[in-house]
Amino acid sequence: MSQGEAPVLAGVHSYSSVSDKIAGLVLRRPVKRLWLVGILISFVGFILFSVAVGYLFARGVGVWGVNVPVAWAFAITNFVWWIGIGHAGTFISAFLLLMRQEWRTSINRFAEAMTLFAVACAGTMPLLHLGRPWFFYWLLPYPDTMGVWPQFRSPLIWDVFAVGTYGTISLIFWYLGLLPDLATLRDQAQRPWVARIYGAMALGWRGSARHWARYEKAYLLLSGIATPLVISVHSVVSLDFTATIVPGWHSTIFPPYFVAGAIFSGFAMVLTLAIPMRKYFALEEFITMRHLENCAKLLLVTGMIVTYSYVIEIFMSWYSADPFEKYETINRALGEYAIDFWILILCNVVSIQLLWFKAIRTNVTALFILSLVINVGMWAERFVIIVVSLARDYLPSSWRSFHPTQWDISIYVGSLGLFFLLFLLFARVLPVISISETRKLVHDLGKETH
Amino acid sequence: MYGLAAEFKSAEELVTAAEATRAAGYRDFDCYSPFPIDELVAPLGTHGDKVALVTLLGGLVGLGGAFFMQWYACVISYPVNIGGRPFFSWPAFIPVTFELTVLGAGLSAVFIGVLAFCGLPQLYHPIFNARRFERASQDAFFLCVEANDPLFERDLTWRFLEGLGPLALSEVPR
Repeated sequence: MSQGEAPVLAGVHSYSSVSDKIAGLVLRRPVKRLWLVGILISFVGFILFSVAVGYLFARGVGVWGVNVPVAWAFAITNFVWWIGIGHAGTFISAFLLLMRQEWRTSINRFAEAMTLFAVACAGTMPLLHLGRPWFFYWLLPYPDTMGVWPQFRSPLIWDVFAVGTYGTISLIFWYLGLLPDLATLRDQAQRPWVARIYGAMALGWRGSARHWARYEKAYLLLSGIATPLVISVHSVVSLDFTATIVPGWHSTIFPPYFVAGAIFSGFAMVLTLAIPMRKYFALEEFITMRHLENCAKLLLVTGMIVTYSYVIEIFMSWYSADPFEKYETINRALGEYAIDFWILILCNVVSIQLLWFKAIRTNVTALFILSLVINVGMWAERFVIIVVSLARDYLPSSWRSFHPTQWDISIYVGSLGLFFLLFLLFARVLPVISISETRKLVHDLGKETH
Repeated sequence: MYGLAAEFKSAEELVTAAEATRAAGYRDFDCYSPFPIDELVAPLGTHGDKVALVTLLGGLVGLGGAFFMQWYACVISYPVNIGGRPFFSWPAFIPVTFELTVLGAGLSAVFIGVLAFCGLPQLYHPIFNARRFERASQDAFFLCVEANDPLFERDLTWRFLEGLGPLALSEVPR
């Protein structure tokens, strides 16, 4: 560790103090009013989501503002936004493990949970936007009496496989990491029924060295396959757009640009969740300034890649000499949806320049505000890419604008409610920091100082 | 009786004890710790290599299965002529092939490599009867020599374990 950097684990800790502190958040901490208020607000959001989905199913996609040619709008914007948010969790748990970044230990558990809940929110969106969502399983290859197969040459089918695999691998990766911690909760629980529930969830984990060896190997292998997986998922998402000929979509920079944007927005959400959580649970010794500052640095790096992609997109539309591409670029900045374009420039390009300064990177309040700003900016980015391109394509006679209805907005706001409801419940019943990995960290840090 | 369990103070002492136990000729013994200790792999004669093998096999099954499925669907079962383009357009099959390779590898790593090989879920195990074993998931380090080891003799093994300097020693009933 170089001088002047905050430690990855502050304070004096032993194996038992780490176990007691983190497991205690689940087992011994009384329910506080702030958490209940959070649950209440997100539950209202969840009800809104349920009502909006119910109304959508009853009446069809006509309740949204979508039309032809703007057949993709809020639902797909939400899909790309949510799935992008998920990517930071996998990046932290898999990529940073391979890179031996020990600071990932305190933040990987809740970031992986964030991934799962974001993927759950993302997964609903393409299904909701199907005209006949009850036929969603037609996307899957199964032996059907119609004798029809999905179109395997279509990026939309690739998306089904990419998101399905991503959700499954994220879930088993997260649960594998949870097993030793569930055993800790089982052994610390006072009430028999609590011990029984955690015991059943721990699958009888007993910390055998033979089991640990397989666990570690499998964990490393999962990291190895999850790293290219996470890159493939958002690349495939970008191919949904770039495989078409719509101006503003048909571009080879999309896959890397989308992956960088995904990790950018995901780290913003990590900070949005980590900063209040560390305050509420008094986890400042575990999630230190080192973690927050490293996230801020990654925001700056990925944000600058995104900025570079914006510049290249504008350059290429000029360099291509394609009048439709040129018009698309000018229309983004000056057309009907110009306000969204300038919001994204302000949020994703201008605001992150503050992160060059250490004073900002180590200021918790500033980071929290910036993380919200970036979340907004990345939503605006996807809206601009999707809606502005569709609304003004080749034939002026088929131009049409998109205006969201209350149901568009309800489903978006409602999905936020669903996400935060799941996250708040997770923070209450499962350890938000990996206990066994933190014990290992205590052990390894102890060895270094000897 | 399942075996004799000795509790040690630290990870380092557990490693030393495991090495001594192996050197004394015992083979059916196991260590229990609240976090993974890489140095235990050698004395226990265990490693996760089979996990890598089943992960590879799972990945290959996913790869082969996905590619075959797409070939079968697009060439044999349901060929669609789109402007005379080839039915066997294999570059378009790569994304699904990649995803299912990852899925196959990941599922076999966890469900076969960890759960099946470890015999989990197994909610009851005799070692849970060892005294203070609930600390093994928090801050305690255990070594248990099992009764079915050919060298195991209750009194001899008890004295051997005592010689390793444990914090406590207990008999583990079945």
